[in-house]
Amino acid sequence: MKIATAAEHYAGMKAKAEQKINSLQEKTLIRVGAATCGLAAGAQKVKDTFVEEIKHKGLDAEIIEVGCMGHCYAEPMAIISKPGFPALCYGHMDEGLAKLLVEEFLGNDDPCYEYALVALEPNDIFPTFSDFPRDAYEKKIILEHCGFIDPEDIDHYLAREGYASLVKTLQMKPEEIISAMVDSGLRGRGGAGFPVGKKWTICRNTPSEIKYIICNADEGDPGAFMDRSVLESNPHQVIEGMLICAYAVGATKGYIYVRNEYPLAVQRVKTAIEQARKKGLLGSAILDSTFSFDLEVFEGSGAFVCGEESALINSMEGKMGVPQARPPYMAVSGFWGRPTVLNNVKTFAYVTAIIKKGAGWFREIGTEATPGTAVFTLVGKVANTGLVEVPMGTTLRQLVFDIGEGIPNDKEFKAVQIGGPSGGCLPEETLDIPIDFDSLEKAGAIMGSGGLVVLDEDDCMVAIARYFLEFTQQESCGKCTFCRLGTKHMLDILTRITQGKGSLADLDILQELAEDIKMGSLCNLGKTAPNPILTTLRYFRDEYEAHILEGRCPARMCKDLILYYIVPEKCTKLCNVCVGSCPVEAIYTREDGLKAIDQEKCVKCDNCLKTCPPEHNAVIKLSPPVLPEE
Amino acid sequence: MPLLEGEEEIICNSVTDILGKLGTSREKLIPVLQQVQNKLGYLPTLAMHKIAENMKIPAVDVYGIATFYNQFRLNPPGKHQFKVCMGTACYMVGGNIALDSFERRLSIKEGETTPDREFSLERVACVGCCTLAPVVLVDEEVEGHVTPTRVDGILLTFETNGEKKTEEGTEEEGGSEV
Ligand SMILES: Cc1cc2nc3c(=O)[nH]c(=O)nc-3n(C[C@H](O)[C@H](O)[C@H](O)COP(=O)(O)O)c2cc1C
Ligand code: FES
Repeated sequence: MKIATAAEHYAGMKAKAEQKINSLQEKTLIRVGAATCGLAAGAQKVKDTFVEEIKHKGLDAEIIEVGCMGHCYAEPMAIISKPGFPALCYGHMDEGLAKLLVEEFLGNDDPCYEYALVALEPNDIFPTFSDFPRDAYEKKIILEHCGFIDPEDIDHYLAREGYASLVKTLQMKPEEIISAMVDSGLRGRGGAGFPVGKKWTICRNTPSEIKYIICNADEGDPGAFMDRSVLESNPHQVIEGMLICAYAVGATKGYIYVRNEYPLAVQRVKTAIEQARKKGLLGSAILDSTFSFDLEVFEGSGAFVCGEESALINSMEGKMGVPQARPPYMAVSGFWGRPTVLNNVKTFAYVTAIIKKGAGWFREIGTEATPGTAVFTLVGKVANTGLVEVPMGTTLRQLVFDIGEGIPNDKEFKAVQIGGPSGGCLPEETLDIPIDFDSLEKAGAIMGSGGLVVLDEDDCMVAIARYFLEFTQQESCGKCTFCRLGTKHMLDILTRITQGKGSLADLDILQELAEDIKMGSLCNLGKTAPNPILTTLRYFRDEYEAHILEGRCPARMCKDLILYYIVPEKCTKLCNVCVGSCPVEAIYTREDGLKAIDQEKCVKCDNCLKTCPPEHNAVIKLSPPVLPEE
Repeated sequence: MPLLEGEEEIICNSVTDILGKLGTSREKLIPVLQQVQNKLGYLPTLAMHKIAENMKIPAVDVYGIATFYNQFRLNPPGKHQFKVCMGTACYMVGGNIALDSFERRLSIKEGETTPDREFSLERVACVGCCTLAPVVLVDEEVEGHVTPTRVDGILLTFETNGEKKTEEGTEEEGGSEV
């Protein structure tokens, strides 16, 4: 009979939340995007201006902070919902625009359409997201509520049927939950794509008094931030997924392992946990049922290898984060030797949606082998940077050119780096492969946890391989000899090549070392560390050869292989900006009035090139570094 | 780095405080180190010894943990901290150039603090605003599109005002004499 009360209990809670949200919508509501991306771009000042101006004008409006909508290129963003108008979203906000909107829109009913980016609801006047080209591709499961709800107020989530999946779960048998996971075909999104149903089954079938659930929010990829965005924008969906998991496998205690460098995520998750506890959605006798589960945040200390599950658990036990050989699997013997389910942030967020809408619904999305969506941080040389969520099976080309809207500044596309330090660089000709775990692996990259960096003609493939190798080399925990020393050796070789001191034989050594490191490493950090090199060697061998044979960096990026030069025909003599811009006083005025660079002094900081007025563009980079005759 | 006057007492008191709150069981080692660092800004050798003593574990274990994780720093932070983003997107558009500029201007390497403890320099991974790349965190505030000129500008404001400027967004070009 407990079950009826859980549903009743929830219904009451939800009704209250709805009432509160509805009353918010009766007056003007301003939602300011305040995830890390927004705050970085200046959201706080925008919010403060709104608050001040509204107070100053004595208007009646509510201002709340929301998370990230995924359109990070347009941050800071704000959504204004004024009764009588469609909810309008404004991008590239600043204090001036905030002031203007309060005056014109709030005060005078003029929505200033010229500054609006998009409307959130269908209307006759202004385009909505469905009119964006990217909408045809996007399918939001994880990011559905991100950017629209206040992550620091549980009522927003409740009003959108949040925690309904939990109620449903409590009415099901644990076995039913697990078979739903198996049927859904959900694969873990932490990188390896392990089937969730299988992991949970093993854990459920391992008898133990105590079991643990851990959410992996370590997010080590140095160029990605989707897990953080999810936690900052909608932490409750993840918590709900963890509750469902705990119920299914019989765990009573859970941890969210967030990296300490993510202070906002840590704070929002803690707030969310507290609010859920207050509502009786966490703790003992959840919603008056017999099910109890509690959550704690563990702040990771920033080591890439701690994203690996056994290393993560070691670090939670207060030890060094060093991976261990498996089996036993975590699901059998994990945290403090107890059966432990460890899943990624996004994986748990999917769980909530799958219970709500059914395994069949989930299977319909994406591909046969990898149902569901993929979440990427689309960054680098692409017009629309931000978070995107697309069904698995979408091609890289669609992602970069349709959703990302291509390469800015008329530059030429060169490659996408996908999967971070464990992934690889894929060239133009691979752009039509569908995005899923297996296809990407075949192409030499990995799905990883979702970092996707677009590279253009100005990006050197040797340098990027070196960048990732430097990262893995530093982050190698040092346990396995091949990973510890092999990566160092590879890094030395790559450094030599970027300095123009490599030889063709080096390329063979790199290949050989890569194989050895893959074989000789215990965990995936080592096993995948050579990927950035292997893919660049496979697809961009000509760039390596240009460095080695001609001392030339085709992208003109490697410092030792370029020089800066002021083209006499283009220099006007009349301006002095380059001289002023040089931090080391290497630029001087020649007797004939033209500017020139003292190559001995030049530190190749790129400043003069950036400051030379575009109508002259007199500063250029030359590779190989040989001065032209005059 | 040598301790400042009165620092020893502060260290001892903070460690005692934090151990009192979190307890001395082994799994609390990382949280304890985190809180000590939050309090003191870094992990002085003395603090690590105190923790080892109280937790009854070898000092080398504490040192091992402190050096394994990127978060922990063994030298004091500067009054003003510069964290240069070396995430993928920032690196590709010149994060290293910004880092070079700071190193050149401050005459310290990344991970170091100026002898007067005024400035410290670090590199960090993606701070989540790649659109503004290259990005530098100046005392936790984000500066986007940081060119060497901007680096000079940032340092100049510290040096002339003696404190952090409050106005942001105004790009000071030129003015590179420091
Ligand atoms: C070096 C290394 C780093 C990893 N980093 C992460 C990470 O940041 N986040 C994550 O969820 N999984 C990471 N993983 C994968 C985890 O070991 C584990 O497979 C995953 O968290 C399981 O969750 P899933 O089944 O939901 O994918 C990493 C693995 C390795 C080898
Ligand atoms: S890489 Fe620097 S902010 Fe993302």
